[in-house]
Amino acid sequence: MSFPYLSTIVFLPVIGAILILALAKRDRAVRWTAAIFTFIPLVMALALFVAFDRSGGAALVQFEEKIAWIGPLNISYHLGVDGLSLPMVVLTAFLGFVVVLISWKEHLRVREYFAWLLLLETSILGVFASLNLLLFFIFWEIEVVPMYFLISVWGSGRKGYSATKYVIYTLFGSALMLAGILSLYFTTGTLDIMDLSQRGLALVQTALPAAGMFFLLLAGFAVKLPVVPLHTWLPDAHTDAPTAGSVILAGVLIKMGGYGIIRTVSIFPSVAQQYATILVVLAVISVLYGAAITLRQTDLKRMIAYSSVSHMGYVLLGVFALGQISMTGAALQMVSHGLLTGLLFAMAGLTMHNVHERDLRKLGGLANQLPIIAVVFSIAGLGSLGLPATSGFVAEFLVFTGSFGSGAAAGMAVFTILAALGVVLAAGYILWMLQRTFYGPVKEQFNGSADATRLDRVYMVAFVILILLVGIFPTVLTDVIQKGITPIVSLLGG
Amino acid sequence: MNFQLFVPEIILAGTAGLVILVDLFVERKGALAVLAVLGALAAIGYTITLWGGSATGLFGGRLAVDNFALFFKLLILGIVVVVVLATADYASKMERFQGEYYALVLTSALGMMVMSAATELITIYVGLELASISLYALVGFLKDPKSTESSLKYLLLGAVASAVMLYGMALIFGVTGQTQLSAISSAIGRLGLSGALANPALVMGVVLLLAGFGFKIATVPFHMWVPDVYEGAPTPITAYLSVGSKAAGFALVLRVFSTAFGEPGWLSQNWGMLFAILAAISMTLGNTVAIPQTNIKRMLGYSSIAQAGYLMVGLAAAGLAGGTDTLGGSGVLFFLASYALTNLGAFVAIIAITNKIGSDLIQDFSGMGRRAPLTAGVLTLCLISLIGMPPAAGFMAKFYIFSGAVQNGLLWLVIVAAINSVVSAYYYLRVVKVMWFGEPASAEPVPSSGAMRVGLAVTSLGVLFVGIAPGFLLTAAQAAARIFTS
Repeated sequence: MSFPYLSTIVFLPVIGAILILALAKRDRAVRWTAAIFTFIPLVMALALFVAFDRSGGAALVQFEEKIAWIGPLNISYHLGVDGLSLPMVVLTAFLGFVVVLISWKEHLRVREYFAWLLLLETSILGVFASLNLLLFFIFWEIEVVPMYFLISVWGSGRKGYSATKYVIYTLFGSALMLAGILSLYFTTGTLDIMDLSQRGLALVQTALPAAGMFFLLLAGFAVKLPVVPLHTWLPDAHTDAPTAGSVILAGVLIKMGGYGIIRTVSIFPSVAQQYATILVVLAVISVLYGAAITLRQTDLKRMIAYSSVSHMGYVLLGVFALGQISMTGAALQMVSHGLLTGLLFAMAGLTMHNVHERDLRKLGGLANQLPIIAVVFSIAGLGSLGLPATSGFVAEFLVFTGSFGSGAAAGMAVFTILAALGVVLAAGYILWMLQRTFYGPVKEQFNGSADATRLDRVYMVAFVILILLVGIFPTVLTDVIQKGITPIVSLLGG
Repeated sequence: MNFQLFVPEIILAGTAGLVILVDLFVERKGALAVLAVLGALAAIGYTITLWGGSATGLFGGRLAVDNFALFFKLLILGIVVVVVLATADYASKMERFQGEYYALVLTSALGMMVMSAATELITIYVGLELASISLYALVGFLKDPKSTESSLKYLLLGAVASAVMLYGMALIFGVTGQTQLSAISSAIGRLGLSGALANPALVMGVVLLLAGFGFKIATVPFHMWVPDVYEGAPTPITAYLSVGSKAAGFALVLRVFSTAFGEPGWLSQNWGMLFAILAAISMTLGNTVAIPQTNIKRMLGYSSIAQAGYLMVGLAAAGLAGGTDTLGGSGVLFFLASYALTNLGAFVAIIAITNKIGSDLIQDFSGMGRRAPLTAGVLTLCLISLIGMPPAAGFMAKFYIFSGAVQNGLLWLVIVAAINSVVSAYYYLRVVKVMWFGEPASAEPVPSSGAMRVGLAVTSLGVLFVGIAPGFLLTAAQAAARIFTS
């Protein structure tokens, strides 16, 4: 057996967490341990990304690891990445390292903080790397605990309320998901994701309607994505979480939902086709409703949080347009939104940390005092509203092009045009937010506020490079994503 | 008859007698705890050597020696060890009668072991009374008004339940003319479908029997005693009741219903559905009423009613599957073992904390995360396991027991149970929240003794081990439940 690259990537952060709790006494040592144990997975994930075989005849799943785990249930410990999950693993490793840098100035209960952060990274990496549904579900559930602690101890505002709400929503979704996984297990006799999607419902032995299982699984993912009307946990959790928590939440955690939905489609292609209309309608509602609510927010973080609801609507639209281009766009949108909103939250956190104010009505003119933050914040904002040359443009363009001509539901063109209105609204709220925060008359009370430190600039530059790279050379990502999307589209008969 | 097979019980009875004798001579009562633990460990060691042998009977087939009985004997003996360890610190509250305390713990364990092995109605009754009467005394051991009241309540309700169960046994004997479980099964088979269902005495007998067992496993609607008794009893005994008594009760239900009423299939389908409905009510009521509780022992009392509901999901699956059950019965066994580890861990942690702060109120656990990080950590892990979240044992237990239900077409029950787990997260997490986010009443650390630390380590490592590598315990549970599949 070759070297277990994926296991190493997934479990290094949690090993770091254990070392921190067991050995590291001084805050400095804690920070460096966290940095090292997130940096190595990042380097390894990038190496896997480079080494991933993109050629036509290459194996679908690469870097596979499979060992027997629970013998009596015939469940194995099965890791591997395909074109769909590899970009998410890289994104998670990247944000995992970045949030350690973002949290460098954290002073409250530092050891526990970094231990939870590292455990969180392991669980998310595990979700993306698992090829067995039980293993997937275990990582999915573990993620809830560190997030709960991160929000309730290091958060702000109504943090206890938000954390509990987050947990209850997620557990509610995963309760239904567990029921779906179990029925899938007994109708097909396997929990292996690749088996399930390649051999599909040929495995189904009993009469339990496939649609039932489809919606049970979908429920769990729809809470996470989130899809309106299951989204109300998101603004609370994103707003009250500490900056690192918001970055991880918006950057990769909600992508677990999108990723799960694509996997579900690959397991139930015919059911997905049958119910595409409903989900496309929900997607359009998420886009427009999310954007409309964003417009009237007055809190900096809450605004970015609500914009996620709208942007994740594009993912849902792209997936259920059920075409090669639209699904590639959806997968790309997940990565792109991860980078853009990750950066937006990082910048919002930095702004709040430096000027101690987050109310948009009281902010203003900060471009004068915080020029570097203002520039980077604006780049992230413009990317988020889909300016060409940023990753946001490519992703949304692919989603709209793909869904406009899709035959997944009657009137896809109309739905696409409606969803595209979301971009107009996005331009409205993003520009309004930038204008309220950074432009306008200079306010005296913010004089003397610190701009980004050298450490902040490091990750800001990394973010901006990645956003522009994906925006200008999208093939870096799309040729990998294609490898994951093509087999799913062929299952759909496209 | 081969008396070798009875050695674990003899060791336990001998140790109980020895503890009382030694109590007369030694000044340091800690020695009694050591003696009790050694006796239980010796019995465990001997029981392990019996594991895997072919099933035989003792006393003319009244007691079975099969993997099922051995599984429960090991479980109960393991529980006794942890309960005695957990008492080591607590014993200071009971100046007198420490010898009797440990002896009673051992005799009730003996009763539970008989319950798990009995294959005949009278023997079942004897085992059950031996376990119960010892527990009545243990519950009242503190001699304060609360403890006395709860002991009296437990005694009265327990006696009524026993009487009801005995009446049921008498009716079944009246219809079938048999007390041996396998003989009852064949007598019912001779009655046939219409004959059996048209026989009110038989149906009544089964229902009354269920009522008696329902009291032991603390399910709705026989749960009224649970919160009061759990609150008033000495905390180690609460732990003992919540896992030991429940495990033995489930052993009884599984064996009696699978053997005597397991064949023919239509009969087991009937009680299977009955258990499914009881399960749904029990978990919903337990979880809902647990939410407003302010006393942690009371809260765990209601939580144990809910857990009995999850366990009955396995019973329902076993019943609906009839003789072909592969997951339901073993699911109950696996769940019981995980639950025992989890709940014992939680109670050991609670004892360690309450000994110091002298209060069972949840709000007084405030800031324990800083005053006693390890103990609070173990309690957090156990509460997460009770919710049923990975990587703790509780997740695997729920996954496995629910899978049995889905296999037998009980998807609706699994959805009810899964949503119930979400409700339960609310009150379990409240304790976590108070411990880690609350302000400590004082900065004084809460130390725990060596015995407690052993208890905490054993249970928490067990919870993690079963949660991450469940294969070993799963294989054992399946081997034990195989005696019911034909």
